[in-house]
Amino acid sequence: MDTRRHLRGIGDLDRAALERLLDLTDHMAEVGRRANPKVPALRGRTVCNLFFEDSTRTRMSFDTAAKRLSADTMTLAVGSSSVNKGESLRDTVETLGAMGVDAFVVRHRSSGVPWRIAEWTESSVINAGDGWHQHPTQALLDLYTIRSERARRLGEDAGFEGLRVGVIGDIRHSRVARSLTEALGLLGAVVVHIGPRTLMPPTPLARSTDDLDGELEDLDVVYLLRMQNERMDAALIPSGEEYTRRFALDPQRAGRLGEHVLVMHPGPMNRGVEITVDPTTLPGAVVTTQVTNGIAARMAVLFDLLGGVETEVSA
Amino acid sequence: MSERVESVQSRGGTVLRGGTVIDVAGERRVDVRLVDGRIAETGDLPADGDAEVIDVTGLVVAPGFVDLHTHLREPGMTEAETIETGSRAAALGGYTAVVAMPNTDPTQDCVSVVEFVRSQGRSAGLCDVHPSGSITVGRAGEQLTPFAELASVGVHLFTDDGSGVQDDGLMRRALEYAGELGLVLAQHCEVSSMTSGAVMHEGECCSHLGLPGWPALAEELMVHRDIELVRLTGSPVHLLHLSTARSVALVRAAKADGLPVTAEATPHHISLTDERLGSFDPLFKVNPPLRTMADVEAVRDGLVDGTIDAIATDHAPHPPQAKERPLDAAPPGMLGLETAFGVARAHLDLELRELIGLLSWRPAAIAGLADRHGRPVETGEPANLAVLDPDGRWTVDPGRLASRSTNTPFTDVPLVGRARHTFLHGVAVVRDGVATR
Amino acid sequence: MTDGKRVLGPDDVRRATTRMAHEIIERNRGLDGVVLVGLQRGGVWLAESLGEEIGRIGQAVPVGSLDISLHRDDIGRRPVVPGSVSSLPCDVDGATVVLVDDVLYTGRSVKAALDALNDYGRPSAVQLAVMVDRGHRELPIRPDFVGKNLPTSIIESVEVTVDGVVIIDPETTVDR
Repeated sequence: MDTRRHLRGIGDLDRAALERLLDLTDHMAEVGRRANPKVPALRGRTVCNLFFEDSTRTRMSFDTAAKRLSADTMTLAVGSSSVNKGESLRDTVETLGAMGVDAFVVRHRSSGVPWRIAEWTESSVINAGDGWHQHPTQALLDLYTIRSERARRLGEDAGFEGLRVGVIGDIRHSRVARSLTEALGLLGAVVVHIGPRTLMPPTPLARSTDDLDGELEDLDVVYLLRMQNERMDAALIPSGEEYTRRFALDPQRAGRLGEHVLVMHPGPMNRGVEITVDPTTLPGAVVTTQVTNGIAARMAVLFDLLGGVETEVSA
Repeated sequence: MSERVESVQSRGGTVLRGGTVIDVAGERRVDVRLVDGRIAETGDLPADGDAEVIDVTGLVVAPGFVDLHTHLREPGMTEAETIETGSRAAALGGYTAVVAMPNTDPTQDCVSVVEFVRSQGRSAGLCDVHPSGSITVGRAGEQLTPFAELASVGVHLFTDDGSGVQDDGLMRRALEYAGELGLVLAQHCEVSSMTSGAVMHEGECCSHLGLPGWPALAEELMVHRDIELVRLTGSPVHLLHLSTARSVALVRAAKADGLPVTAEATPHHISLTDERLGSFDPLFKVNPPLRTMADVEAVRDGLVDGTIDAIATDHAPHPPQAKERPLDAAPPGMLGLETAFGVARAHLDLELRELIGLLSWRPAAIAGLADRHGRPVETGEPANLAVLDPDGRWTVDPGRLASRSTNTPFTDVPLVGRARHTFLHGVAVVRDGVATR
Repeated sequence: MTDGKRVLGPDDVRRATTRMAHEIIERNRGLDGVVLVGLQRGGVWLAESLGEEIGRIGQAVPVGSLDISLHRDDIGRRPVVPGSVSSLPCDVDGATVVLVDDVLYTGRSVKAALDALNDYGRPSAVQLAVMVDRGHRELPIRPDFVGKNLPTSIIESVEVTVDGVVIIDPETTVDR
């Protein structure tokens, strides 16, 4: 089935595949703790980073992940305007494919580009973020972080079933929110979207409310989204101050969080906008762990898609 | 007429033998003789030595179709289509006349461009090309086009299609002025302040796909406005490509009130839904967008009960490079001329005669072409005919379309029925599914 | 156990384990710096058994396990991912690591294990203990401690557990 070749969105995974990727991430995290954090598993494979949208952090995370698996990498950081106007996206992909690429890691400001690229290539396509639509590896590292951090705090069998996760902020424009909500849904967690109506999608993707204070004490995970300045310009919210007053994690709200509640953010944080408390003072803040886990999660995805055909090993 | 045609136009002319005529008067099993561009006689015609006989047993002989809404892209965007290639596509679809939309470059807002388009159509000789004019100069929504001047060279329909006229006051003045001249204004109903950046229908699908949406209300608000302006001014208006259930309901109510409102709908709006955008393929990006199943059903019902007067293709060619851009950057629009009959027949629960009416005499009336097209198949009438295979199943191969572009959304949609021969002023411009020029 | 020809029973396996435990102690003149590392998955139970035996006879030795799935470098064949993550009980620098596996066949698993070990440190010596050596080596790898030498043909497969050793010939087994 075609979906095994790609990770374009969480929709390319079923529950079993998602759990398998989380388990694989454990292995990759252990590799990361070794003195030499490198394995030859993807030697001879080539991974091409196609980044049409600026993102040093995600690009470096993927690049490191590929190199830790001994894959060769190449990076094309293209300004999206040049491809939208002149040179065809399809031409770029076909030319690179001819150079022998096993997987494309694609980030683009337009939703859907990984799906289009998958139509034009035999290589695997991994979505590193498409428009407002999906960011599946982010969801994976977030889920892994939740699983391992809760295991550390609460003991082994802290599963996802019934877990209460609040995603706060600009859901409408957030690929992180969409992927995370879908992935959590696959594992039986309960998601609530919190934010103003103008920053929600036209039809809700989860139970939605603008009452953060009413929801806060019932959450096991608080997931903050980045609030971008452009939204103020587009008359979606009156001002940054009003947003912060209504929806930011401030010291007072942070004080009301339960003992083992995790505080997460996809990064980079807008201090003073969606968060006005120093995260290093919050016992539940796991933002830097998310970043570390990002490499392991991306290694798991690369290995899962490019590791070859599944057969029994011969001793 | 070309020499080749003259040799066929012997005393006996061309006889279409064994077919069933379907026109506004009804259905009857008669042969038809065409001589010198007109229908010379109908009935049980004997094998005549002089005439060229075309066996149309099992086929339907109908008045040629009239498309109220075609983008021929010439002048200015000939990479996508030319008047010649568009006319060929039209003829292959069974069309003997098309109303050419004015969003060319330069705009069809002056006599010289109108004359250019008309003469290009004449030299191609495949279809009657009737240019429409824009409502405002350059379609900029500010200054009225010189209606009377364009009317004097035969333009009957005016539209800013591609956009709607946003200024209510301006639209009122346009209706008053043009209405007095007996002209018809046609509206692309879209309140642009609600559709900024929109890529697909605003609804559940776009919420999941993370794409900016085109709310149904953006169309319905302007449908409502124009209906009320018609009520105020008494001038007629024609509403282009209706796509939502509520738009259909508004028009139904307007007609019940006796207002001179007419409407059209496209084949894609009765056969495809917004779920197609799940592939993010820009082939399915169109303005107004593909909507929900409930909307599709309401539009079908509108065509069946007469609320919507005509099927119009909104044939909108775009070259492959344009349609291979990411979804938000790709231009909206789909081909439609060659597949209109096949799609409509497959998706509308209608008698063949009613369907032919929606494609032929009813749009001819709106376009002001009822004296030449959509005519009864009777002696003395102009021989603008489509000979149809009404039940043959087929699928479209984008590479084999006559259009210069290939952006058809119907590649895996089963189609029923297509034109076999098309006659323009008695000349066979399509024979056995192949254009003769 | 699957259908097949049983060539060793549970008592044979226990006796072979005890014998190998003695051999490991003798070969290393004691147990200083000796660490047992079972190869995932098949070698883990045997490493634990050997560890228990050695603990009974001499003194306790550290026992760990190694996931070699990410070190298999034969491209085009992807191994089934084992259940557990590598867990080495102590620093391997300067230690004598005894790799433990159930079956030695082509030698590729052992090569992968040697590569993996390298990522953790630099043992002073590496030895290999297997319950069954079935031949058909593709690499220059030889075991230091063997439970049983068992000639087999390539189409056969071998299953080794604490309950015994079974050779399975696909041609004579009933298709399920």
